[in-house]
Amino acid sequence: MSFPWANHYEPKHPVMQWLDSRLPLPRLVYNSVGAGYPVPRNINYMYNFGVLAGVALVIQIITGVVLAMHFSAHVSTAFNSVEHIMRNVNSGWLIRYVHMNGASFFFIVVYFHIFRGLYYGSYKAPREIVWMLGVVIFLLMMATAFMGYVLPWGQMSFWGAQVITSLFSAIPLVGEAIRTWLVGGFAPDNATLTRFFSLHYLLPFVILGVVILKIWALHIPGSTNPTGVEVQGPQDTLPFHPYFTAKDFVGICVYLMLFSAFVFFMPNALGHPDNYIPANPLSTPAHIVPEWYFWPFYAILRAFTIDFLWIPAKLWGVIAMFASILLLFFLPWLDTSRVKSTAYRPMYRIWFWVLIVNLIVLSICGGAPAEEPYVRLSQIASAYYFAHFLIILPLLSFIEKPLPLPNSIAESVLGKKADHTGSATGLPGGAAAAPAE
Amino acid sequence: MATTPDVTAPGGSPGEGADGVRRRDFIYVATGAFAGVGAAAVAWPLINQMNPSADVRALATVEVDLSAIQPGQAIKTIWQSKPVFVRNLTPAEQDAANKVPVSELRDPQTLNDRTKDGNRNWLITLGVCTHLGCVPLGASEGENKGDYGGYFCPCHGSHYDTAGRIRRGPAPLNLLVPDYAFKSPTLIEIG
Repeated sequence: MSFPWANHYEPKHPVMQWLDSRLPLPRLVYNSVGAGYPVPRNINYMYNFGVLAGVALVIQIITGVVLAMHFSAHVSTAFNSVEHIMRNVNSGWLIRYVHMNGASFFFIVVYFHIFRGLYYGSYKAPREIVWMLGVVIFLLMMATAFMGYVLPWGQMSFWGAQVITSLFSAIPLVGEAIRTWLVGGFAPDNATLTRFFSLHYLLPFVILGVVILKIWALHIPGSTNPTGVEVQGPQDTLPFHPYFTAKDFVGICVYLMLFSAFVFFMPNALGHPDNYIPANPLSTPAHIVPEWYFWPFYAILRAFTIDFLWIPAKLWGVIAMFASILLLFFLPWLDTSRVKSTAYRPMYRIWFWVLIVNLIVLSICGGAPAEEPYVRLSQIASAYYFAHFLIILPLLSFIEKPLPLPNSIAESVLGKKADHTGSATGLPGGAAAAPAE
Repeated sequence: MATTPDVTAPGGSPGEGADGVRRRDFIYVATGAFAGVGAAAVAWPLINQMNPSADVRALATVEVDLSAIQPGQAIKTIWQSKPVFVRNLTPAEQDAANKVPVSELRDPQTLNDRTKDGNRNWLITLGVCTHLGCVPLGASEGENKGDYGGYFCPCHGSHYDTAGRIRRGPAPLNLLVPDYAFKSPTLIEIG
């Protein structure tokens, strides 16, 4: 793993030498997120979002473990225990708001991370498994976030659970039985709440495990970079520490500032006020929507309004919604262009931004009531979503003429004079580049 | 930056002052201090959340109405999640307690030390054995009051007398008397 010119871990202190020959944990850290991991020197701030996602996951796990100390997983007490956290527990309001907004920010960060991957072709060979593990994490995140949203047992919790578990009833023949099995009854009730609590506690640690696999898989070829040209030699890389730990720290500071702005000044801006009403199985809120990060997929679900062929509209919607995510598993083989970075793909660049706009349209439709013009709009946008991956991407690979690529990362950063002189004329801070020599 | 004005000192790396302190050293220390303060500020709510919450603290005191407790009777109540014995001592029980030479006691205290002036008949103690925390018997009608007519802990056989003092058995101390005050002749506030 890693490149042959990576720095070697050489503990100087006798205690560290003693430890290294028995439990080489510091060596593992050094080689994976320390000076022993060479990273393409030209990665930009979009490459911060992987580390930020890790930060978001850790924040969720820490605050979640704390909240579980005060939460009561029973339909008669769950809502009140959340209010107890808000009013009685020392700093409970802070911890819960961090956890609530932390979920939203986790998705914001992961969406940026996914867009980065789409833009710079991070899913292409030899990183297909890195990408696919990312899709697995995304699915696990969605399941975890959904079940977490059910726990306060407010109106949106209850009806969210009702709607999402009803998706499974669309499966022919066995659907109703599967749905009954999932919720442990004929409608969401205590059995649903307790199992969701159990799984909501479990899945983040499963995510953590997949994250470790993903980093393992990533560190074999190393990160992509904005040129899409693979690393060729030592002149193309810098050690992860201190260069990119420092850069990630800048990103973390900005992230925490924005995050704090939400937590302290508008903690409920991303939530829904109906969830502060205790669950009532006899009354559905007038306008029921999932959390914002599910809106694009919710729009695809609702886009199917008529039966088509022998398949009912309900099943079409469910198939399309799941397919829209499972499709991403096949992305490495749908886009066969050899050029990774969109910066050198003039046609794909346009379609990439069309896709982004399309996803924004889907989000707006998913958050809007099920009425015109949103229904028609979400049908068009859903059609484009699938066309983008299934038609446009494969075709572009054949008809697009990419721009000339730089010969190497070092050349793209330092200009044609890139060699071992270390003059680094292209960099504003000459001193910063010098220690790489 | 103000600390290292001499950035052109000879013989050192860029930014190194005459005292060998580089500008970067200052940045490291400042960053570390800032991050350290931030980490502590984040850590404190995560630690403090395990302390008693506001609803628990709201029950830190409890009022007990004594008017229905006849001489010779005792009641059990709860204060801060622990049992409390409130006992109306008969004159005979007070005499029995006062006759014991204090020097013979494992935890020397007189009945006067353990009751309030003008209300010597009211013995208020925690119902928690000072040995290992069981609830002693003797507060309810018909329970074993032990060899000294007070309380008896069935777990390991500690006998308490009519003043709630340890007389025999493994317990090291007398039953604890909580802070309390008479708000009226028939109403006390514990805590």
